[in-house]
Amino acid sequence: MDFLNAVVALTNFVLIPATAYGAQLALGALGVTLIYGILRFSNFAHGDTMAFGTALVILITWAMQDRGIQLGPLPTALLALPFGIVLTAGFVLATDRAVYRFYRKQKAAPVILVIVSMGVMFIMNGLTRFIIGVGDIRFDDGERFLVTAGGFKRATGLAEGLAFRSTQALTIVTAVIVVALLFWFLNRTRTGKSMRAFSDNEDLALLSGINPERVVTVTWIIAAGLATIAGTLYGLDKSFKAFNYFQLLLPIFASAIVGGLGNPLGAIAGGFLIAYSEVGFTYAWKKVASYILPESLAPDGLVQLLSTDYKFAVSFAILIVVLLFKPTGLFKGKAV
Amino acid sequence: MAEPFLIGAHMTGGYGAANILEDCTLSVEKGQIAVIVGPNGAGKSTAMKAVFGMLGLRGGHVKLDGEDISHLSPQDRVARGMAFVPQTNNVFPSMSVEENLEMGAFLRRDDISGTMRQVFELFPILKDKRRQAAGELSGGQRQQVAVGRALMTRPKLLMLDEPTAGVSPIVMDELFDRIIEVARAGITILMVEQNARQALAIADKGYVLVQGTNKYTDTGEALLADPEVRRTFLGG
Repeated sequence: MDFLNAVVALTNFVLIPATAYGAQLALGALGVTLIYGILRFSNFAHGDTMAFGTALVILITWAMQDRGIQLGPLPTALLALPFGIVLTAGFVLATDRAVYRFYRKQKAAPVILVIVSMGVMFIMNGLTRFIIGVGDIRFDDGERFLVTAGGFKRATGLAEGLAFRSTQALTIVTAVIVVALLFWFLNRTRTGKSMRAFSDNEDLALLSGINPERVVTVTWIIAAGLATIAGTLYGLDKSFKAFNYFQLLLPIFASAIVGGLGNPLGAIAGGFLIAYSEVGFTYAWKKVASYILPESLAPDGLVQLLSTDYKFAVSFAILIVVLLFKPTGLFKGKAV
Repeated sequence: MAEPFLIGAHMTGGYGAANILEDCTLSVEKGQIAVIVGPNGAGKSTAMKAVFGMLGLRGGHVKLDGEDISHLSPQDRVARGMAFVPQTNNVFPSMSVEENLEMGAFLRRDDISGTMRQVFELFPILKDKRRQAAGELSGGQRQQVAVGRALMTRPKLLMLDEPTAGVSPIVMDELFDRIIEVARAGITILMVEQNARQALAIADKGYVLVQGTNKYTDTGEALLADPEVRRTFLGG
């Protein structure tokens, strides 16, 4: 019984939240890694693209709710998501036309493009705050829980409760669908293959008649879509606050780099690795430990390795260790 | 005499201010093999790039099948039936052999399975390895993928920049045999080669470039027999 309680506690406080968080990071990191693979620079504006896209989704959600449009047990934001993606993609493409294309034509060095993307980041940063404000916004509606802690306790008779929020389930299901679609697109379609070819060997792609502007356009659209989906899922799961999305940039970059920049599979693995480590290090293990360990060994303290305030240190530490020992990432990525 | 199928006439140009090519002329007749040889730094690869439009010309012109293509981009030249196999980085390493060939045929909207079958007949080893990533293949196999990729556009002119660089002598012989086979199928070939002796032996026409300009031009056979060429470029 104690062992089961330990497993339930672990699932409730670590596995489920970390899996949902990992899925969100993975989606974010996929966008970063695609941009790196095709456009060959680290896009610092990705976190704020997520915030911008989510802000649009929230506005559309509100507009829908005002008109009484709802999705039953599912959050209305899901209905607003496609519109948000289209608008964000439009904005990102306009940014590309107005800013990035100029530097691309000049064949600017990647480091210059990184700085350019920081400029874009600050502008999007301000724009998002201007549109929707700096406060904390909750925009989830519909059914709150798939499994409630109380219901679980009554059903199983265990002392520990297990809560499974619908937004967590939604995050995981959506991430699986999106990743499956993305991989199908990259591996099976003509356009997807041409993107991989362009990422592999730009000169040879040109010699084969692949149109670079088209590849770049499709890449931005996909990256905008991934950013909006990741941002909306994160906002539904936790809450929307522009500053948090800016901070998300670090774990997202850590995920992409740990997995191997430019490698989509690596971005997913990296996302989950970072998420599990972050949650694992900042969780107070006292409860789980006291279930498993004999009474005499039960810990007095919280057994929390790191205060949650320091959670970003985990991403940093993993990043440094990976860069020191395997600079191209766990999966074979491009050299940084 | 009718105009040759491909002619790069009096080509002059370079990367910076200095000219690497000085009044260099290359031509090849339909279905024949032309080989460019010469010492290191003679501008052999540069001449290829000039013909393919990867180098701006300050003088001279390039004509394909009687049409002046000097102003066309490399991509447009691909659409006109030219194909180029670069010396290095000539495959998509993370993509499978089959996908490499598909990318070669990117501009084609018709059924490519027939052409792919022909490439597999020419290079049977590629058929066995078609699901494998091109980056994991040996040097010789990778060159076969590179040539195969270029053939997928069904080009009229195939340009090869040192196709046998870095492959073993046995594989080299085999590659030369395949190249002759391609030429017999009616595809015109222009190639740069380090292995001058072997390359001239299969060449209908040979060019010896020195310092970006034509030093000797003759049939491959005649160049091999020329005591001056033998002494200076073929090592006796």
